[in-house]
Amino acid sequence: MIAQFIDGPLWVFSLSVFVIGVVWRIVMILMAGNRTDLSVPKGSASSGAIRTIFSRSIYERTAATRGRLLQIAGYLFHLGLFALLFFAQPHIDFYAERITGFGWPAMPHWAFILSAELAFLGLLLLWIHRLLSPVTRLLTDLDDHVGSILVFLVMLTGCLALAQSFEALRLIHLLLAELLLIYFPFSKLMHTFTFVMSRGYTGATMGRKGVNA
Amino acid sequence: MSEQFEQGLAALRQQIDSRISSYFSSCVHCGLCAEACLFYTETHDPRYTPIYKLEPMKKLWRREHTFWGKLGSLFGLTEPVTEQDFADWETLVYDSCTLCGRCSMICPVGNDITYMIRKQREGFSVAGYAPDGMKEATKRALKIGSPMGVTFKTLQAALAHVEKDSGLKIPVDKKGADYMALFSSMEVVNFPEYIESIARIFDAADISWTISSNAFEATNSGIQIGNKEAAAELVNRVVIAADELGVKYVISPECGHAYTAIRWEGPNLIGRPYSFEVVHILELLEQLQAEGRLQLEDKNTTPMTLHDPCQIVRRGGVVNQPRELLDSVAENFVEMKDHGVMNWCCGGGGGVSANERAEPLRLRVFERKKQQLQETGVNTMVTACANCRIILEEGIEHNEMDTEVLSLTELVAEHLVDGSKKK
Repeated sequence: MIAQFIDGPLWVFSLSVFVIGVVWRIVMILMAGNRTDLSVPKGSASSGAIRTIFSRSIYERTAATRGRLLQIAGYLFHLGLFALLFFAQPHIDFYAERITGFGWPAMPHWAFILSAELAFLGLLLLWIHRLLSPVTRLLTDLDDHVGSILVFLVMLTGCLALAQSFEALRLIHLLLAELLLIYFPFSKLMHTFTFVMSRGYTGATMGRKGVNA
Repeated sequence: MSEQFEQGLAALRQQIDSRISSYFSSCVHCGLCAEACLFYTETHDPRYTPIYKLEPMKKLWRREHTFWGKLGSLFGLTEPVTEQDFADWETLVYDSCTLCGRCSMICPVGNDITYMIRKQREGFSVAGYAPDGMKEATKRALKIGSPMGVTFKTLQAALAHVEKDSGLKIPVDKKGADYMALFSSMEVVNFPEYIESIARIFDAADISWTISSNAFEATNSGIQIGNKEAAAELVNRVVIAADELGVKYVISPECGHAYTAIRWEGPNLIGRPYSFEVVHILELLEQLQAEGRLQLEDKNTTPMTLHDPCQIVRRGGVVNQPRELLDSVAENFVEMKDHGVMNWCCGGGGGVSANERAEPLRLRVFERKKQQLQETGVNTMVTACANCRIILEEGIEHNEMDTEVLSLTELVAEHLVDGSKKK
């Protein structure tokens, strides 16, 4: 009964909340509006926006020791999670069955293990840093911890489910993923989408000024 | 809640546009921006983390623009922004931020934190939570025409000296001239050599130029304090003068924030494009050199380094021109480790130099520039901003360093080919 609920209605509900919520958040941001810049541009705003959307993913060498740790941990976590989310065989099968109707090549098992280890290492480093650094301690709020804990639990149960091939673990993993989807639009996890806007806005402004940001 | 605070809160509310909403939505509280801010790197005080300086605005955004904030406020659970928040954050917003923009270059999600602080100052200023020094400077700018109280008579006295020293006639209120030059009060009072330098360069390059007796001041205290009405009024004076004289170009002087004010913020403040173009003095000099109208000779052999003024380079886009110019007059130009758009601020931008109570902190964070300078092993530093220059000189004096600070425009003028040199 619970299994059917998690696999059926709750999945549909969580996916709907996620999609509607994300779209709603983006529309709300756009509706806040921006004034047209009347200054004469030196460079292209659109080129600047596109450049910055990508260039801010490049390692910033001027950041000092703590900055280096943050950036490396950020790479490990995000790249590992991206690989797991889109190239793990069980996920591809799930998407093919529930969403896309088609699959794509999966990464080999060793790559899955490596991605999971990197993602865990990155997330734990970021989290430890968050707890220990006076800067992040001052900035961090409940949302940051809830998001980190949910992502950690989803990853942990996902790995356990794969290793154990145990239906109950798969259901717990799916339940947690569904909770994450529901929480997502109301949290900082939205940066997954809004980073394109924030980088784009800054890149466009700086691009008009002829500065590579 | 006082009426003035309510007005400040309303002004702050107006600043939250799509850009700021996307910035707050994207911020993951990683704190990387702290590593880009000299107020943090030199003190290790976490309160100087750039994004933390925006807590009052974030509180307002969260309460009025997020699901949890709106829900919480329905049940009285979301904390409102209080007057105490403004009081507590005033020094963070004004004393420990030079609007240098370095944090905006490093944020992984691309947040332009400087833009946000600039906008937050609009609310603080209306609410009355701004440093007295900046309030007074803004009042003087509106009443007298200059934040330092420099009148046209003061400028006339400086021009008389320039005319005597250079043997050149300085054109004032000349209708139909191509260029209208602006100055910062700092140049008029402390560095009149700059005026003489451009007079000699323009004479050598056969430039048709003038100064307006109605609007010669380039700086804009309204932008620094965050008062858009005052800022618009100050920009408008320049626009009216330029239109009356019918000039094609207005020259922004060697002053960083003046360039940001007149070049980038000006049209948006007055709500219409200009009928003229704004060009920074370094852009013009580089253009004249490229066209062969600026003939230079005798490169200086003294090793020199360049301090990039934040508002001209990082926030203004005049990045290569100072290098081209310095290369053509200095044989041994040594770049600092973090230079160009990632250069470290002098510590006195964004109105900090006009804020007396910020002086101890400003001198403390000068340690970053001192270290940057010492790494080059060079004792001559060239810059192109009168405010940077005075702040650098103060820092050098305070640290008992043996470093000379030069103006790039003055340096270029010293290398004009014979006949156009100082007479």
